[in-house]
Amino acid sequence: MRAAKPWHPYALLLPTALVLGLFFIYPLLLAGYRSFFAWDLLTEPTFVGVAHYRTLIGSGELLAVALRTLSYGVVVVTFSVTFGLALAVALNRQGALYAFVRGAVFSAYIVSWVAVGLLWLWILDGEAGVLSRSLRAIGLPTADWLSDPDVALYTLAAVTVWKITGYAMVIFLAGLQDIPKSMLEAAALDGANRWRRFWHITWPLLRPTVAFVGTTSLILSFQAFDIVRVMTQGGPVKSTTVFVYAIYEQVFMNLRVGRASALTVVFFALLVGLTMVQLWAWRLGAKQRVAT
Amino acid sequence: MMGPGFSRGASRLARLASWTVLVLVALVWLGPYLWMVSTSLKTLPEIVAAPAYPLPSALNLGGYREVFEAVPVVRYLLNTLFMATAIATLQIVLALPAGYALAKLHFVGRRAAFVLVLSCLIIPAQVTFVPVFTMLGPLGLVNTMAALVLPFGVSAFGTFLVRQAMLAVPDEIIEAARLDGASELTIVYRVLGPIVQPTLAALFLFSFVFHYSDYFWPLMMTTDDRVRTLPLAVALLREQGTGVRWHIVMAGNVILSLPILALFALTQRRILRAVTARALA
Repeated sequence: MRAAKPWHPYALLLPTALVLGLFFIYPLLLAGYRSFFAWDLLTEPTFVGVAHYRTLIGSGELLAVALRTLSYGVVVVTFSVTFGLALAVALNRQGALYAFVRGAVFSAYIVSWVAVGLLWLWILDGEAGVLSRSLRAIGLPTADWLSDPDVALYTLAAVTVWKITGYAMVIFLAGLQDIPKSMLEAAALDGANRWRRFWHITWPLLRPTVAFVGTTSLILSFQAFDIVRVMTQGGPVKSTTVFVYAIYEQVFMNLRVGRASALTVVFFALLVGLTMVQLWAWRLGAKQRVAT
Repeated sequence: MMGPGFSRGASRLARLASWTVLVLVALVWLGPYLWMVSTSLKTLPEIVAAPAYPLPSALNLGGYREVFEAVPVVRYLLNTLFMATAIATLQIVLALPAGYALAKLHFVGRRAAFVLVLSCLIIPAQVTFVPVFTMLGPLGLVNTMAALVLPFGVSAFGTFLVRQAMLAVPDEIIEAARLDGASELTIVYRVLGPIVQPTLAALFLFSFVFHYSDYFWPLMMTTDDRVRTLPLAVALLREQGTGVRWHIVMAGNVILSLPILALFALTQRRILRAVTARALA
């Protein structure tokens, strides 16, 4: 449509452009600029060139943080997608009971990370926690879920899986609605059992959705912070210091804005990379959908 | 050969399997909630007692009383509700005109503007918090409601959703309103707003729930009780060294989660609409 006055569209978009410019684009550029300075928030910033990047790479800190974040993300995505898909297929039925259980699984996704973190901190408590106690009661060995550096990151991943599986399930349930019932019924009449129907009809049609949920969850798990802050504060011995927590530590504990900005720049570059993968997976899925 | 008896047995087995899954799922997801509520109603001796009893001996509200004594719960809750409402409202107020321009009006740079909005989808708060914190400091905006609300005044996702909803509105409706002499703002808020109302409701709830529960941004932008929000207060219960007094922490947890779980129970469909819209977009 033609605008009533030629300037109208720009005026209508102005508030949105201002907020996006001020709180999204400009901060991003500012982080890039600041990453070349050393600044402790108190004295004047001094130019240091690429020193921060060189230190981050040279000390191995960057690689360690990236790998930690990646292992956390891969575990989270693998299990939340698998469980989410299984639950969607199992709970895709009529009835109040099924609706209630679906709601229960999804509710964890909208409850605050603080509540979830504290709740599991209590359940996993080494002394009085219900999990360790139950395991001990039936004679099974228990682990230091949060104080063993080899275990803590995966404990956080498991809690995250508990929290976000409902998200994957809900998206898969929406995807399942798009699969024509007639197709499944025809296959059932031809004698295909449940498993075959899933493998030959549901799964191929759902694959683009799997790609979407997988990549989205990976991007989201790269942004993890709350659960780390509540449950482990990055420890023990840095074993749960993921990307955002590392940035937070640099600013608020070490007062190193420049170093934090350099980390932010690398972090954003990684997110862009992951988004490219997502778009690629998406396009692949769309192509597949056209082909079928 | 499969006799009728066998197949009835098989279907009974299938039903048993599906019931087992149902019970297991309910246990894994509801169990922790029940444990949270049960713990919040216990007394300290009951918590350290081994073996642990699944239920409290009586409805002890001591944990709740201690939460109210330790932190100004009402103020934190009001701060949280105000912040989440302000953000969700602002997002809708700004997304309507932007969505209208992007969906319905022809102008130079429309594609670029749309791409700009979409590209902001990949810039999360976790990327902007350091620079925004240093921007707001000199302006004296750290520790203010403005620092909590303004950065989220525009949701790129919300703008996109509203634009999609507007695309489905026939041009004739807008032309008719213009012939009646309606201004563009009247068209946006009075004519189109009610038409895309389901999208706006979904967006409002989605945004409200997210920001009510948010811990990250208020933690970075505030240190002052006057503007701090409930998730921070509940996290502080633990940090202040409650030790083994988990009933207090779980009572805080219940206070924090109950409003959002109740809201979810009432508006499940709308919230799910916004969540799945993201996937189908």
